[in-house]
Amino acid sequence: MNAHQSALPILIILAPLLTSFALPVLGWWYRPAVFPVALIALTVSCGTAIVAAREVLVNGPLHYYLGGWAPPWGVELRIDSLGALMLLLITVLTLLIGIYSKKSVVKEIPSKDVPFYSVYLVMVAGLAGLVSTADMFNLYVFLEITSLASYALVSIGGGAAVVSAFRYVILGTVGAAFYLLAVGYLYSMTGSLNMADLSRILPGLYDSTTVLVGFAFFVIGISIKMALFPMHTWLPGAYANAPSAVSALLAATSTKVAAYVLVRVMFFVFEPRFSIEVIPVTTLLGWMGAVAMILGSVMAIAQSDFKRMLAYSSVAQIGYIVLGIGLANTAGFTGGILHLINHAFMKGGLFLVAGAIVYRTGLREIREFRGLSLKMPVTAATFAVCALAMVGIPPTGGFFSKFYLILGAIDAGNWVFVGVIVLSSVLALAYLANVLRYMYFPGEAAAGRGGELPVPGPIIRDEVPWSMLGPMLAVAAGIVLLGVFSGEVVGQFIEPSTPDGLAR
Amino acid sequence: MVGTLFDFVIGHFNTVTYIILMMIGFYAMTGKTNLVKKLVGMNIFQWSIILFVVSLAAKRGATIPIVVGGPDQNAERVLDVADYVNPLPHVLMLTAIVVGVAVTGVALALLLRIHRRYGTLEEDELLERVRTSE
Amino acid sequence: MNPEPQDLIVRTVCRRLAPFIQLFGLYVIMHGHSSPGGGFQGGVILAASFILLTLAEGAEMVQRRFSAATLTVFMSAGVLLYAGIGVVCLVLGANYLDYGVLPFLEPRSVGMLVIEIGVGSTVMAAMLSIFRDLLTF
Repeated sequence: MNAHQSALPILIILAPLLTSFALPVLGWWYRPAVFPVALIALTVSCGTAIVAAREVLVNGPLHYYLGGWAPPWGVELRIDSLGALMLLLITVLTLLIGIYSKKSVVKEIPSKDVPFYSVYLVMVAGLAGLVSTADMFNLYVFLEITSLASYALVSIGGGAAVVSAFRYVILGTVGAAFYLLAVGYLYSMTGSLNMADLSRILPGLYDSTTVLVGFAFFVIGISIKMALFPMHTWLPGAYANAPSAVSALLAATSTKVAAYVLVRVMFFVFEPRFSIEVIPVTTLLGWMGAVAMILGSVMAIAQSDFKRMLAYSSVAQIGYIVLGIGLANTAGFTGGILHLINHAFMKGGLFLVAGAIVYRTGLREIREFRGLSLKMPVTAATFAVCALAMVGIPPTGGFFSKFYLILGAIDAGNWVFVGVIVLSSVLALAYLANVLRYMYFPGEAAAGRGGELPVPGPIIRDEVPWSMLGPMLAVAAGIVLLGVFSGEVVGQFIEPSTPDGLAR
Repeated sequence: MVGTLFDFVIGHFNTVTYIILMMIGFYAMTGKTNLVKKLVGMNIFQWSIILFVVSLAAKRGATIPIVVGGPDQNAERVLDVADYVNPLPHVLMLTAIVVGVAVTGVALALLLRIHRRYGTLEEDELLERVRTSE
Repeated sequence: MNPEPQDLIVRTVCRRLAPFIQLFGLYVIMHGHSSPGGGFQGGVILAASFILLTLAEGAEMVQRRFSAATLTVFMSAGVLLYAGIGVVCLVLGANYLDYGVLPFLEPRSVGMLVIEIGVGSTVMAAMLSIFRDLLTF
């Protein structure tokens, strides 16, 4: 596939970036214009991503040389089919969450909407750049842009969120510093920063200690950003205490993009055989993913706060993705990437539901969700669809990604992993069915707790406004569509980008 | 034995220095309970890594990487790369320094808000007050 | 912590010194391509001159001249200048930030100068706003 030049990659990054820095001035001048302008920027970004994806599918990878300097001297932006899939994911989800955030921001952080949208757009630009770049140091810059924006967004609510944000700052900076060290080590041995160039030079250096140590630092650093167990300790606090739109944004994008960076460097800069034979990182990642899946689900069952439960569930689902990467065969890779996409939609949808419940009722404890299906039926239905997808019921997308993962585990001959996947799905059913029980069958839930809890008065149907319902329904539809069209997604996007060295 | 150790330390001086600094920063981040000390530890951690990568650029007997002779773009000059220090790590670490300053700024703003809301910056007291105020 | 105006000698010396610091800061920004310096360093020096004035004169005087709105405008203007030069290069047909197509006498030099000015402006505004927030501790 011959790569050709196109200006689309830079446009996807520029639209949110320029708008983000025009917003504070616009906010001083005419405040109600801030939200529409931000939405226009997100729509432009989304439309350009769709056009770019179509180009990539038809013509092959897109290149862009910043400043006109050809690689390896210049910074290169490169979108192949995997990157196009991630760009679509990021732009569509950030647009939906942006539409959703209008009412939610007014309710939760009323005086800070201008800085909120400004930092939101910076984060979108950083995420788009992170998946489009083909230069190792440029990746660090975009990684830090995304992280800084997310630190600010998590802390914008005040209260306990600020303490969680401080812990997130410390841990996130350690992760990024390790990544920087890895880039330094690799540069000192190869003299190049371009990913394609590195993938050409590195195979001759696989026995060098510097390269090994650099790779180890990289894996640790990215694992911190990805919240892989046991480096996940920043995640529950940050997800649970942040404002609703921010939790949805973080859950849907930032950890997924970190997992994408891991895949990109592990399988495309270093060959897969490096991670399998020379230093058995894939075995380590597989086992850590398995432990994350079990421990995350167990901790999720123990939570009584809805958002904290979803946060621990995220830790478990990231275990699935890392297990898929660690299996190091084609089915496992496909399952891992497909689960990445599915989980972004599922967890984004779940956090949108949590935000809707907080918006209407202010409730955060699961025990108090009694009868919510009568009060907010559409929200409860969205929750049900997302829960079915998390457990892995066809035809939602969750079933297909778990199917590929189980296939990959069977291909690798590792029956322990098959058992772990099934067990973790059962545990997910446990904590999600608990919430469903409170929402749909409040009488049984009351009886189950061993006593007559006072039945609340007549429940009037009181849904969230349409600007919040629309994105939730769109995400739920997206989950079902991803399931129905998962064959297309795998065939068009994931298969052309599968790295060569993976076992069949 | 001491001779080879000494040779190793002097031969890999930049690596040994950055590891010592990084571990000092790491100890401050984990072993101290005051949030400001954790922030200082994070700073030392980052700065040690930047120091290391800048030190990778040095060459024996080389000068600063600025070509003197005026902005005459048409002149053909033969430049020997070994005479000039590698400028690329310097430029990359300049970006990393700016990122470090930005993160320090964000963290200081967070510390201000924590102090304003909870009145303390010691981690154990802080967690207690967060738990009781929820 | 709200700095109050200091003694007469301190105030006079700092007031006389501040323009020279700012001039040196501007020099560092402009001369970044051929001596140690550049946008970030020059911006920090410019911010340092204002911080010196705050410490000597007290916070109110500097805040009267450099309100939060002014700082926001400087911050946004710097980034928009940087990104805007790139967009101008895009519009003129070349790649993003490819200064060769700018219609100046020495396009690459002028392009680099403009982005360094943009960076300096943003860094100065950012440093001053961090300092101002720390003042209200």
